[in-house]
Amino acid sequence: MQEPVIPAADPQAAPAVEAAGIHKRFGSTRALRGVDLSLQPGRCLGLVGRNGAGKSTLVSILSGLVAPDAGEVRLDGRPAPSLGDIAAWRGRIAAVFQHSMVVPSLTVAENVFLGRPPARRGGAVDWRRMREQTRKVMTDWGFDVNADTACGNLTVEQRQVVEITRALAAGTRCLLLDEPTSALERGAAERLFERIRQLQAQGVAILYISHHLEEVFEICTDVAVLRDGEMVLNAPLPEVTKDDLVTAMVGEQILSAERSLAPAPAPREPAGAAAAGARPDLVLEGVTFASPGVFLGNVSLTVRGGERVGVTGLRGSGATTLARIVAGAIAPDVGQVRLGDHTLRPGDRASALRTGIGYIPEDRQVDGFVPLLGAAENIAMTITDRIARGGFISPRRREARAAPLARRLSLVSAGLGQPVRELSGGNQQKVTVARALASDPVLIVAITPTRGVDVASKELLLSELDRITTETGASLLLASDELDDLVICDRVVVLVRGEIFTEFTEPPFDREALIAATEGLGAT
Amino acid sequence: MSDTKNNLDALAADVESALARRRSRSAAAISWVREAALLPVLAVLLVVGAILNPHFLTVSNITGLGQQISSLGVVVVGESLILLIGGMDLSLEATYGLAPMVAAWLIVPAAAFGNGMMLNPYLGLLIVLAVGAAVGLVNALLIVKGRLNGFIVTLGMTILLAGIQEGIVKGESPFALPNAFSYLGSAYWGKIPVSLIVTAVIFVLTGLFLRYHRMGRAIYAIGGNREAARAAGIKVNRVRMGVYVAGSVLAAIGGLMEAGRVSSVASTQGYGEGIIFAVFAAAVIGGVSLQGGRGNMVGAASGVVLLGVVQNILDLENVSNYWIDAIDGGVILFALILARVIGGEASAE
Repeated sequence: MQEPVIPAADPQAAPAVEAAGIHKRFGSTRALRGVDLSLQPGRCLGLVGRNGAGKSTLVSILSGLVAPDAGEVRLDGRPAPSLGDIAAWRGRIAAVFQHSMVVPSLTVAENVFLGRPPARRGGAVDWRRMREQTRKVMTDWGFDVNADTACGNLTVEQRQVVEITRALAAGTRCLLLDEPTSALERGAAERLFERIRQLQAQGVAILYISHHLEEVFEICTDVAVLRDGEMVLNAPLPEVTKDDLVTAMVGEQILSAERSLAPAPAPREPAGAAAAGARPDLVLEGVTFASPGVFLGNVSLTVRGGERVGVTGLRGSGATTLARIVAGAIAPDVGQVRLGDHTLRPGDRASALRTGIGYIPEDRQVDGFVPLLGAAENIAMTITDRIARGGFISPRRREARAAPLARRLSLVSAGLGQPVRELSGGNQQKVTVARALASDPVLIVAITPTRGVDVASKELLLSELDRITTETGASLLLASDELDDLVICDRVVVLVRGEIFTEFTEPPFDREALIAATEGLGAT
Repeated sequence: MSDTKNNLDALAADVESALARRRSRSAAAISWVREAALLPVLAVLLVVGAILNPHFLTVSNITGLGQQISSLGVVVVGESLILLIGGMDLSLEATYGLAPMVAAWLIVPAAAFGNGMMLNPYLGLLIVLAVGAAVGLVNALLIVKGRLNGFIVTLGMTILLAGIQEGIVKGESPFALPNAFSYLGSAYWGKIPVSLIVTAVIFVLTGLFLRYHRMGRAIYAIGGNREAARAAGIKVNRVRMGVYVAGSVLAAIGGLMEAGRVSSVASTQGYGEGIIFAVFAAAVIGGVSLQGGRGNMVGAASGVVLLGVVQNILDLENVSNYWIDAIDGGVILFALILARVIGGEASAE
């Protein structure tokens, strides 16, 4: 192994990262206000905070992408390299982002040595040495990805390993992991934690950014909380409770209200029988779909009018695909979907919308909103036929329709004309949800509606989905691998490898049993 | 959810909105500067033109200039629509030549290089539009339905159409166009050329359509994020096809204006003159993004005027023909750099 193991809390060792008095403004926004942070080798520091608290800015500064307005960053006790010298930064600290930074058309070895391939005299790339060194680094750290595979053929998990290997091969002993589990299924996340512990034991310093407090408690040794650009808490983990963290994240005064939301909402009777009778049932018959990585085999499912059904499963189980088929975003190979008397035209989102199906897509960046257009316009995009007069839309009328929804979801913007790309991630998600609700749907299809939003926004979105379905009697088909999302459902269907494995019909649902079921263990 | 929480949330939201509003006021100011980025350049050009040549600011020169840039302007409207939706159409320049050529070929006598059918000139006008629509439809089918690359499809189409344009008249240029056919490009209402009025009306109507019509807004949505537009229930493919057809019809109308202005249809009209470069330059200088979803008719119009004024000054100054292209290119680059500096953002974003 390359280095002696550094004792976990050696006070003599220089901190792997040390930031002092970091300030950063963007225009009139003070993103960071005098942040101090220190990370020792062999420690794993969890960095948490609500959306907009300054986490991303801090990560950008610590990884050398953005210069602070004031303050100093020191790496291994030495001043950080100048901003332009990315190669020098990468040799000392490296970030692994939510979105994969590997080049899919190149091999694992090429990606590990991206931009600095080992060369022979004369400058020709030394392919053999590149492959050997990749293999050596992989073996040294206990990773197992074939150096010759094209990265396009790797799973998300393996790509992450490639990125970590790249950092280690460059000599970095300090990693910034930004929401590393957001694209991983549970098993892969567990294996990632295992890897993190292993890296830590060998003296690597890790800054772990996450929305999931459980993860922080599971693998971090220390925790730091950012709120409104200030570091409001920084302590070794055993000394901090989950409540302390939440308090620090949201601030003292609104905590009491926040906490009352923490337990699952009381189980609710499915919408009253009268309402249910009037609302159309959603019926899936023999829905089959196959594409690389996803498979749905002959799934039949009924969602009664007004019923709220969760669909869950591991990545690749088909839960998301099922929801996309119902929303009309993709067409099944075989099978049909009916809402009341209508048989939906496969893969026709426009006609699904007219039939009354609202759609909250999985990844807001991909198909949730149009970044250059304003919030009102994005929200009202599903109802242009209703608000247009003679084909023309008055911006005032559009805003009048969007405003109540924006208020309801506590959308924070500088007016509803503000381009959505300027909003924070949580507010972008609110726009995406509002767009689905604008059409007064009789069925809402929601896929991971709370992904990548902070704790408070998450509760708000869920409770609003809960309230709106209750008030309007709309049905809900909610596909999510976040168990917290499923508490608003009356019933949860678990898919395993494209087939319905089991159903949970009695809320509150048992967490352990749900997790076991998604893994295909233990039938009820 | 408790009331306390609602109140506190509302309070927090108010504070955040106030901050965000202050932020966006400066953003709004920047975007205004950006939209008007070309106005100072135009002003400088007008002053330079007036100083260089006393004839520059005369009514006859300005109306003549208006007539010259009208045909280009209509094509720029068509290309802007296609760029806004995230597409690209090189073949507009060939449609601009072929559509009036086919019509002229069918209506002028054989002595004027027609084919001898001598159709009614009003029917000829319909043929112009029909050829435009047909070309647009074929492009749309290949690109939208056939999922072929727009750049390559329209490149191939350009060469094909230009070949037909040359082939049907064996390289000749039909002349003796009937009045009804050349009216749009040559007539004046009072001192103002009809083509300038029509072009201005097309710019204004298209601008309003883009700003306020469902379909216009759908164009921005599709150009800005096609998948999001689809998920919001917009009939993406139908709108895209419509835009390709509309773009080609506008190019055909532009070609008709040009034919009227010069009283013949040159076998080189469009492709042979390489007008597509001027079309793209005008649109992009005017802030229409090559990536789609960004740009407007005010910008596109100022891009057209700017190119026209430069051309006009060079003409008046009798700049050697050998140097006109070089100066033209220099001005285009300069305008792009200026828009980038003033706007603070890449205009091709």
